[in-house]
Parts: sequence; structure tokens; C-alpha cells
Amino acid sequence: MVKVSLLVSLVSVLLLSGCGNNHLYYWGQYENIVRQSYVAPDEVDTATQISELEIDLRKAKDSGKKVAPGFYAHLGMMYAKQGNTVKSEAMLLQEKALFPESSVLIDGMLERAKKNQGIQ
Amino acid sequence: MKKILKLGFLIAFLSIFIVGCNKHEVKPYDYTAFKKSKPRSIVVIPPKNNSIEVNASYIYLSTLTKPLAEKGYYVLPVAVIDQFLKENGLPTPAEMNGIPLEKIREHTGADAVLYVEIEEFGQKYLVLSSVAIVRAKLKLVDTKTGELLWESGAFARLDSNNSNNSGGILASIISAALTQVIEDRTPEASGMANYFAIHAEKTGLLDGPYKTPKKVSK
Repeated sequence: MVKVSLLVSLVSVLLLSGCGNNHLYYWGQYENIVRQSYVAPDEVDTATQISELEIDLRKAKDSGKKVAPGFYAHLGMMYAKQGNTVKSEAMLLQEKALFPESSVLIDGMLERAKKNQGIQ
Repeated sequence: MKKILKLGFLIAFLSIFIVGCNKHEVKPYDYTAFKKSKPRSIVVIPPKNNSIEVNASYIYLSTLTKPLAEKGYYVLPVAVIDQFLKENGLPTPAEMNGIPLEKIREHTGADAVLYVEIEEFGQKYLVLSSVAIVRAKLKLVDTKTGELLWESGAFARLDSNNSNNSGGILASIISAALTQVIEDRTPEASGMANYFAIHAEKTGLLDGPYKTPKKVSK
């Protein structure tokens, strides 16, 4: 039993350290922010999310890595919540440019945003 | 009579041994349907929660993007999708898990859906330590055909005693141990469970389109 758990921890250390350096993407706080927005929504409001994610964007540029899939779309949604339609649209288009697989979702979001603007 | 009994014991013992050994040999997953479908993008539906932890569904949801994306897939933004579903009359994960596949495909454009069912989730606090345990079932389904592409269990157990404190001073060991006992490690355990399931060599997902083969140079 001890041997097995030792082996498991050794393997996991190897696995985790092995993947540490070859990540495809810059992750920053994205997953933490998503979690906190559900677990502690008062602490991680829209403005906080935007400022944290914007910091990550700068760090990602410095690291030379792409930001994770969904990152720009999430930031775009936050800007939309703040009423900043220009920034929101820019972020959503960024997501689509980086990952064409997001086209259907992003086009739908942009279309709905336009309709909402029409109502206001 | 005694001899027969002895022989019986021996056979029983040996067969346990053999069964035990066979267990270590991992049977590779049958990827026939997966290879035919070749999904590029995955939408994660907020997990069905069978545990008693109220936040389990969304904590778990927040730990799936990284292992899937690092395996080479486009993962649709999980919180954006959740928000979209809520705005369209599906307030809880239980209801979200019942959406017809055509609807999912129409609105997200995803090639595959990942359905998750959480079976066990939580942290037990003992006197001097704590244990975080996460257990779930993952199912990947083609949004066009409805075919099951892949499924796996996911499990991780994090014991606060297991992490080694390299600091030599007793006080720092105690304070480190205390924070580890109190700190909620279910997100970390969820992430590990998903990583092991998705990146497992013979039973995990196959590499997606964004995962290019490792460079040979250097």
C-alpha cells in the first residue's frame, strides 16, 4: 500500500513537472477567476475580473504564448456586462481570430449584442 | 483431504495473484468512433452533481478547460456557455444536461460535448490533517451523430500529510501543515483527476488538432 502510494505520487510528480514547461497556452488566473466567480461572486465582481484578466493578457504577451481557449471570450463577456460594447466586440473578435472553432458561438454573441443595443 | 485442501488454497492464491497482476496491464481504449469523428472543439456542460457539496458542479467545471485544451482541443468558454444556458431558461446543471444535441450544435458549433457526473466530492477534516477526494465520470459525445466517442472515470485524492515540508524549522512546518489542513484543496484535486483521466496514455483522449508533435530538435 505504501509502495503503491509512493509510486503514484512519484508518477504524478513526474507527470506534472513534465508538463509544466511545455504548456501550449498561457493560463494565468483564468480558471481561478471562473471558479471564484461562482464560489465567491462578491469578491470577484466584473471589474475585478477585467483587471485580473487584462494583467494576464500582458503577461501572456511577455511570455510569448497564446492565451488559453475561451480567455478572450470570457473577457469579452465581462466587458459586455460593464456596458463597454466596443471593448467587448474587440475581445470576441480576437477569440474568433485565434480559434475559428468559436465562430458559431461568437457570431451568436455579437448578433445578440447588436439586438440589445437596438432595444436601448 | 488435507492435500486437496492445500492444493485448493494454492490454486486460489495463485489465481488471486494472476488476477491482481492482470489488473496492472491497462487495456487500451477502443478509439474507433473517436478516430472517425476527429473532434476539434469541445463544449463542457456544467456537471451533474451527485455529491452533497453544493459548489461541486462549478468548482469542477472550472478545472476542465486546461487539461482538455492542453491536449489540443478548442474548449468553449465554460462560464460564457453557462451564462448563455441560464439566460435561455436552464437555471441549473441538472437541466442543462438534458439539452438535445442538435440545439447544442446549433448554438455552440462544437463537434463534441463533454458530459460530467460528479460522484464524490469534498474534503474531510481530521484532527491533524485533511483529505480532499474527487471522483467523477466523463463522457464525450459527438454532437452530429450522438455517438459515444470516449468515456473515463476521473479520480484524485489529496492528503495534506503527503506534501513534504522541506523547511527545517518546526514552527514553519506546523504553520504550513495548518494552512494545508484548512485550505480547500478540492479544486486542485479536481484538476488532477481530470489531468490523469484526459492525459492517460492508453485510456485518455487522443491528441487534438492544436497539439503538434513534440519537436525533436535541441
